[in-house]
Amino acid sequence: MLQDAARLKITRDDDVVLVEFTHRKILDEANIAEIGDQLVALVENEHRPKVIISFAGVDHLSSAALGTLITVNNKVRNHDGQLRLCNIHPQIFEVFVITKLNKLFRIYPTIKEAKESFEPQNKQGVT
Amino acid sequence: MEIPSDLKRLEEVEETILSQCQRYAFTDRDLFALKLAIDEAFANAVKHGNHCDCDKHVRIKYRVTPRRADVVVEDEGPGFNPASLPDPTLDQHIESTHGRGILLMRAFMNNVVFSPSGNSVTLTKFNDAPRNNTEHNVAFG
Repeated sequence: MLQDAARLKITRDDDVVLVEFTHRKILDEANIAEIGDQLVALVENEHRPKVIISFAGVDHLSSAALGTLITVNNKVRNHDGQLRLCNIHPQIFEVFVITKLNKLFRIYPTIKEAKESFEPQNKQGVT
Repeated sequence: MEIPSDLKRLEEVEETILSQCQRYAFTDRDLFALKLAIDEAFANAVKHGNHCDCDKHVRIKYRVTPRRADVVVEDEGPGFNPASLPDPTLDQHIESTHGRGILLMRAFMNNVVFSPSGNSVTLTKFNDAPRNNTEHNVAFG
């Protein structure tokens, strides 16, 4: 289990919140509960959040991590926000395809493309 | 191996088994698949089988050869019927926050077999790497 307190790197660019993971094992079973709490707390404090989660450097995730991402996605929608995922390693993307969660989440190759995909605020609905 | 029901112990389990697989040059894809399946099986044993009771243990047996890896994960729970689980890919379950572990085990392993009672699962992954060495059977550890 990771001991480092700084598990997430959070950057704000205008109204977009970019979340990056600081350790490649961040989404393992032993770490996911705390990461999930931090992500949910982040969204709870935002109004109409536009959140990008980048998986750059992450080489593994478990089904518990998928459950956490679904919880975060629901929180974002409850706050009339939008969630995008990006930089997902091909092996991890296969996990999304097998579980068909690639249809639930909006996934983009890069942060730039994820950022460009956000709906304008006044047209924003549940996406 | 007899491991207390603690998810923090998962890393040592994986390292023990995957280091054997690396010795036989399993591909990165095989190692990813095995790590994922062991993750899911161990987490199920700890959370659903032993209900996170650290007085209960997860028993792990493994055998790695140049051709395949077999891992048995057994908990102290009463077991369950895997066929009774809903399909997590159906529209009505797609937003469920749990229930994908067995789907992933089956997708990434060559074979997944539950014991009749359901408290033990055997995971099998064949080595996809080209082979030019002879088979060396290793007893279940």
